[in-house]
Amino acid sequence: MASLRCFLRSGRNAVSVILRREFHKTSPAALQVTVRDALNQAMDEELERDERVFLLGEEVAQYDGAYKVSRGLWKKYGDKRIIDTPITEMGFAGIAVGAAMAGLRPICEFMTFNFSMQAIDQVINSAAKTYYMSAGLQPVPIVFRGPNGASAGVAAQHSQCFAAWYGHCPGLKVISPWSAEDAKGLLKSAIRDDNPVVVLENELMYGVPFEMSEEAQSKDFTIPIGKAKVERQGSHITLVSHSRMVGHCLDAAAVLAKEGIECEVINLRTIRPMDIDTIEASVMKTNHLITVEGGWPQFGVGAEICARIMEGQAFNYLDAPAIRVTGVDIPMPYAKILEDHSTPQIKDIIFSVKKTLNV
Amino acid sequence: MQKMLTIISNVLRGSASRNGAEMVSEGTRVVVSARTYADFTPQATFDIKKCDLHRLEEGPPQQAVLTREEGLQYYRTMQTMRRMELKADQLYKQKIIRGFCHLYDGQEACAVGIEAGINLTDHLITAYRAHGYTLTRGGTVREILAELTGRRGGIAKGKGGSMHMYTKNFYGGNGIVGAQVPLGAGVALACKYQEKNELCVCLYGDGAANQGQIFETYNMASLWKLPCIFICENNKYGMGTSVERAAASTDYYKRGDFIPGLRVDGMDVLCVREATKFAAEHCRSGKGPILMELQTYRYHGHSMSDPGISYRTREEIQEVRSKSDPISMLKDRMLNNNMASVEELKEIDVEVRKEIEDAAQFATTDPEPPLDDLCNHLFYNDPPIEVRGTNPWTKLKSVS
Repeated sequence: MASLRCFLRSGRNAVSVILRREFHKTSPAALQVTVRDALNQAMDEELERDERVFLLGEEVAQYDGAYKVSRGLWKKYGDKRIIDTPITEMGFAGIAVGAAMAGLRPICEFMTFNFSMQAIDQVINSAAKTYYMSAGLQPVPIVFRGPNGASAGVAAQHSQCFAAWYGHCPGLKVISPWSAEDAKGLLKSAIRDDNPVVVLENELMYGVPFEMSEEAQSKDFTIPIGKAKVERQGSHITLVSHSRMVGHCLDAAAVLAKEGIECEVINLRTIRPMDIDTIEASVMKTNHLITVEGGWPQFGVGAEICARIMEGQAFNYLDAPAIRVTGVDIPMPYAKILEDHSTPQIKDIIFSVKKTLNV
Repeated sequence: MQKMLTIISNVLRGSASRNGAEMVSEGTRVVVSARTYADFTPQATFDIKKCDLHRLEEGPPQQAVLTREEGLQYYRTMQTMRRMELKADQLYKQKIIRGFCHLYDGQEACAVGIEAGINLTDHLITAYRAHGYTLTRGGTVREILAELTGRRGGIAKGKGGSMHMYTKNFYGGNGIVGAQVPLGAGVALACKYQEKNELCVCLYGDGAANQGQIFETYNMASLWKLPCIFICENNKYGMGTSVERAAASTDYYKRGDFIPGLRVDGMDVLCVREATKFAAEHCRSGKGPILMELQTYRYHGHSMSDPGISYRTREEIQEVRSKSDPISMLKDRMLNNNMASVEELKEIDVEVRKEIEDAAQFATTDPEPPLDDLCNHLFYNDPPIEVRGTNPWTKLKSVS
């Protein structure tokens, strides 16, 4: 189902590309790449490019990764570059930060970001703040990556979204890819960045294939951190989202388009530093704003966006209050019917759009 | 003729050297009698494997007395646990159970042996491989399976799932590796504080054994002499990582350093029971915490999404199954000592199968939780509150 939706989505892009003459003459058939493979490629290319890059985490080496994101890397690069750790997040996150301080460029994987809570002191106090505290003497070029947010049936302790928690802290960069291109380009940028970057992946997106343009297939393809992407142009309302919810927004937009409502869908790509300019420009065009996220409402990504819109020039262009579509304000339940009602569904987005537009 | 063969095979088994297979215990004392119901041996004494000791002058006894009733009860419970886990496997493959599912088959002697060494008024906490303990701590197969299938009749009303099942004096079911250990010491602190002569059994795996918070807990439990039995269930693999690749020292029973420890054959329910009794006595006499390492094995992979054969061989699994299976070991002991008949045990198997089938039937037909339960149970003893739904127009109700 997800791949069908993706196909339909990429089909729309493909049609517009075919209409441009260049398509027939230059690029080969676009490749379908899953988010998992895109992340794998990103790490493979960066490991090859820079000797100082290495990966550590639980089951990343011999098991090929708990979610198979690091498949084949240990076979290719060996024990020195791909390191299996014991189940000791605080310890190995600290070790990774120390290695970064001493000149290496570690990729520290958390099996899920829920487990990063065990290590969060090292991420914030040791990684994020150090360059500032040392007045520029000590950079920390580290990447923390792993799946974030809700999965399927994994219950309360394994379903939390940490975008708001990490996005809160100065000194950290926080990215949240959606598509395969996002995943590859952003992860490569994160690894090349000389600062601590938190990469919030999504387990449910790992297996989803996307069309990967020829440009994105290049070993030097990067996506700049701090720049959002307009995935869909529209004139009636702006939907801002990140990670898996971008797909939900696009699906809602497709349904609403049939009723003549054209949504502009923005894929944040980066949580911190947030590209508020792109959002403002969009709101100044559409006059309506809805933020969509999987995490909890209180002090969330949407709350920050709404606050900034209020404080900026786009406020005067709003024809209705900016509102947030978020996860329900409860720990994640296990039973399917409860879980389905705990995160934003496409119908929730459609409902909110219509309420905001008063239709 | 039959009796002669039994005697001969027992002698052979008794004298066979088992140098490689550490986890096999040997039955002793053959009692020959007629196989009528009234003539069953009421109890027998068995030699059990000596425990390795750390900072202890003496260990648990090397012989255990097993009564017929106890034997039948342990057999029934272990068999129920085994079949329940296999049913969960089946339901998971049918996609009726979803999410995480960590199965306990192979480790039954640990849960059953521990419970046999403590009281229901004592406390217990473990990690996510918790279905077996939910059963020994008072949960029913029905409520456990219904929780796995996410129905309203589940032990946590469908809201917790596999890793979050609770009963009285059983604190779950915990998803974050190692986090349950400080919790267990906290329960032990409450036990000491409330002076009811209760203790807490605090379980973790070989993977968790390297967690820093466990060492912090050892320190405080020892300083404050908390009545806590730390138990490491060493099944040799932390997900896909063998103990040699994860731990600088795999002598988990010594890792408590200043805490006395014992290493126990976790495949032998009697060994586990005697060790637990010994440990409980240690705690209740005010000596402080004690550590037990149970050497055990899981037949399934880490979870249902792990085939369990990329980091270990099928041969290894087969070897443990054929030589050290806890249920077979108990069964052989009882049959060889005329404590039960083959028919009697078969009858228990049939009853267990029926119980599991009935429970599975319930678990697959019970309705899912009602939507108005979605936001309940946020706070205890609080007036009802309003909870934000996915959008500002959806206001949901939450009661305690």
